[in-house]
Order: sequence, then C-alpha cells, then structure tokens
Amino acid sequence: MTWIAWGFAAPFMILFVVFMAGPIFASFVMSFTDLTTRDLRSPFNVNFIGLENYLNLFQDPRFLKALSNTAVFVIVGVPLTIVLALLVALALNNGINKFRTVFRVGYYAPVVTSIVAIAIVWKFILQPDGLLNGFLSIFGVSGPNWLEDTTFALPSLIAMAIWRNIGTLMVIFLAGLQGVGQEQLEAAMMDGAGPVQRFFNVVVPALRPTLLFAAVITGIGFLQFFEEPFVMTRGGPLDATLSTAMYTFNQFGFGNYSYASAASYVLFLGIVVLSLVQFRFLRQKD
Amino acid sequence: MMRRKPRWWLYIVLVTGFVAMIFPFIWMLLGSFKTNAEIRSAPLNFFPENPTLENYVQLFGRLDFTTYFTNSVVVAVFVTLGNIVFSSMLGYALAKLEFAGKKVLFGLVLGTLMVPGVVTFVPLFVLTSNLGLVNSYPGLILPFLITPLGVFLMRQFILSLPDDIIEAARIDGASEWRIFLRVIMPLCGPAVATLAILTFLGSWNNFLWPLVVATSEDKYTLPVALALYSVGQNASQYGLMMAGAVVVVVPVLAIFIALQRYFVQGIALTGIK
Repeated sequence: MTWIAWGFAAPFMILFVVFMAGPIFASFVMSFTDLTTRDLRSPFNVNFIGLENYLNLFQDPRFLKALSNTAVFVIVGVPLTIVLALLVALALNNGINKFRTVFRVGYYAPVVTSIVAIAIVWKFILQPDGLLNGFLSIFGVSGPNWLEDTTFALPSLIAMAIWRNIGTLMVIFLAGLQGVGQEQLEAAMMDGAGPVQRFFNVVVPALRPTLLFAAVITGIGFLQFFEEPFVMTRGGPLDATLSTAMYTFNQFGFGNYSYASAASYVLFLGIVVLSLVQFRFLRQKD
Repeated sequence: MMRRKPRWWLYIVLVTGFVAMIFPFIWMLLGSFKTNAEIRSAPLNFFPENPTLENYVQLFGRLDFTTYFTNSVVVAVFVTLGNIVFSSMLGYALAKLEFAGKKVLFGLVLGTLMVPGVVTFVPLFVLTSNLGLVNSYPGLILPFLITPLGVFLMRQFILSLPDDIIEAARIDGASEWRIFLRVIMPLCGPAVATLAILTFLGSWNNFLWPLVVATSEDKYTLPVALALYSVGQNASQYGLMMAGAVVVVVPVLAIFIALQRYFVQGIALTGIK
C-alpha cells in the first residue's frame, strides 16, 4: 500500500523538492555565505561568513528604509482594506438583491487583473496632467505629482493596493457573515440595540475567526509588497516606496546572491512573526 | 441570513465603491480607442472623439503582441495541466490512502504555503541557469508545475467524497490507479475547475519570474512585454499602452465573469485567491 501511495505522491514530491523545498533550504544556506554572481562558475570560492550578511543588512540605511516603508504599508493598508471590504460585505448582505452579482463582479475584478496592466492605467491617472488632477482642478485644487512626490508616492501605492485587495476580503467576509445568527440579531433588536451596537456586540464577535483569517492573509500579502513599486515608481522617489521585497530583488539584480537571500529570510521571518502576533492579538480578545 | 428591506444609503455606498473599482477599467478601454494626441489634450475627453483601432493594429503589427500572447497561453496551459495532474494525485494519496510518512509529507507541503516568493527566487534562478533553461519554455514553466495550494484544495475536496465508493471499487478488484482515474477524478469536477481557473490566472498574470527568465523578445509573456514597453521608447504612446493593457486584462476578465462561481468556491475552499 505504501508503495502505491508513494507512486501517487512521487511526481509532485520530486518537483516539490527540486523547485520548492530545495530552493528554500538553499536560500537559507546561501544567506550565510559570500556567494555572488561571479561564483557560479567556480563554486569552490564560496566561503561561509556566518551572520555577516544579516549584520550588514541592518547597517544599511536603504534596507532599514525598505523595512519601515513595508511596515507603513502593512500598518496602514491592512486595516483600511479590512474596514472597506467589511463595509461592502455588510452593505451587500443587508438585503441587496438587485445587481448583487454585478456588484460582486465589479468589486472582485481588480483581484483577477494583471498588476502590470493595472499599474499602467493607474500611472496615467496619477500623472501630473492626468485624470485625477484634472478632476481635482474642477474644485480648484491643484494636485501634486502623486508618484514623484516623496510625501504622496507611498500613500498613492497604498491606495492602489487597497483597491486591488478589497475583492478578496469582500468574498471572505460575505462567507463569514452567513454564520452570524439571525436569532441573536433579532434578540438584540428586541433589547433596543441600534445598528451600531448590533454590529459591535453581535456581528463582530461572530466574525472574529473570519477577521483573524483576513488579517493574516492580507498581512502576508502586503508584506510582500513588490509589483506596485516595481512597475510604478521603481522604489523611488528617493526610496520613498522601496519595499523589502524590492530591495531583495535589486540586490539579486546587482549579483549579490547571498545578500539577497539573507534579505529574503528577513522578510520570511517578518511574515512568520506577523502571523503569530495577529493570532495572539485576536485570540486574546475573547 | 439578514434579509431586511435595503436602505437607500446602502446603494449609495455600494455604487460609489463600485464606480471607484471599475473606473480604471473603463478609462483603460476608452483610452485604447483614442489617438495619442487626444489622450494628451488639455481638457480630457471621457469618450474618444474619433474612435480608432490604430493602437490595436500597431500592437499586433509593428509590435509582436501575437507572439507574447501565444507565449502567455502556452505557459499558462502547461502550468495549469501540471497543477491539475500532480495536485490531484498527491491530493488523493493524502486524502484516501494510508502510508508511512503521510503526515510528515502533508506538513512539509503545507509549511511552504507561507514562504514568500522572493525566498526561492535566487536559488531557482541559479538552478535554472545551471540547467541551461534561461530563456526557454521549460524555464518559464517548470518551477510553477506544482503549488502547495493546489494540493491543499484537492485534498480537502477528495476528503469530502465518501469512502464507500472506493471500498466498493476495491471489492470489485479495481486497482488504486483505476479507482483514481475512473471513480475519484470524475467526481472532482468542481475542484478541478476551481484549481484550473486559479492556476491559469496566476500564470497569466505572473510577472517577476518571466521578467527575469525570458531574456529575448520571442519568449516574452504579455505582462513582461507590456512592462518593458511601458518604460521603453513606446512609453509616451499612451493609447498604445492602454490597448496593450486591454489585451492582458480582457481575456481574464471574460473568464472571470463567465466562471465567477468557481472563484468564489475557490476562496471558500482555500481562503486564498
């Protein structure tokens, strides 16, 4: 029986070891070496250098800047995405029957769309003489050069990421709202609880597992913030939108393979820590 | 389920949000039919004044978007097939067969779900270049033939199928392979559909890996071509760029609208887009 079962498992597992588990392990080992692109043809020149890559990372102001940008992105972006998606899900769940599918498709459309294509469109909307500033000028406001301004570049990208992620959470919340008890809501209404009280005393507690799940997956996604800055700003202006994943990719591009691996493991660690913290945080409120 | 009378403010919230969500798509579509001069004109026109197909003609004539489109399709089809075959097989073993090492194996595969893509990136590139697969279809396809998520999805679905049908087939003397192919797989339609759509979409939109591995134009996928053109000498050809974006986006939007229930199902089954 074991042999037959392994026959079913083997094709996947072979590919898994070669293209997934192996590289994850190799990346970890690499992060303690001085491997660069030049060593690929002469692998015996590679030395173990212990924690040097990691120590260098935390002394590099650009890496620290990338970490803080990523943190801002997560801390601002995740709660806003959750609040907006919850708002949409609640509205859809409150007896909206007309156009329900149309709404759902519209809100979900950005999720399935290529980020490169979307970035190009957004770039045109956000450029100095673009649509957004044209719209603002109607009200006499002269908008900034959104993507070239150190103050506005990161918020612009955060807005774009929120726009792109609302759909996923909306679907998850709609599923979660199915589990909110109708009797409890009616009982609360009998007791004279208004819509706001009902929301915080009945809906939120019932949604806690869903909220936890949403926070974790959105957090993991936002920590890996890469494509938006890569396509829209290249991490600029003045590193204002440089993210940890972009920093890693840039180091890879410079041929600093081991250093890039170390940076990617810092990001990985961040993901693990964030998941654990959010678990703790939302569990303890019970 | 709450089913009370909808209030007008709900519609205001939903419609405002809806417009914000789809507006970039409308703008992209309209822009793709505008001339370059019109897109840059000072008071912006919403609708194209003289709708033109010139941008699309250039895209598939002067620029080689036919090749990029074909590359995207070829890569996405192989990646999707691989995921269906390999994930279903392992998913079946994990759900319905008992064997030594099963728990470890499942834990190992699930454990990689949280690992960000940049972690495997460098070693994968070193591996691909040592195998001589840079700038080739196998180089674009091989690393994506399996995903932990696919296994998770198939395992969850196959777990929900009753054991009786498998027992009955075993008593009839069917081999495990026969059971898998003739009994299990025909029942996995919805799960396979979900997996196929999610994988196809992921591959179609995949950007970073093809950007690095496809080094010459004849291997570019659509997002790579679009990204490189958008910063190259065509960068100021706004109408052309919008048309390029339409070519990338519209096929997946069409698939999504036609098969949206499977997307919702996929999220319900796995919780991940």
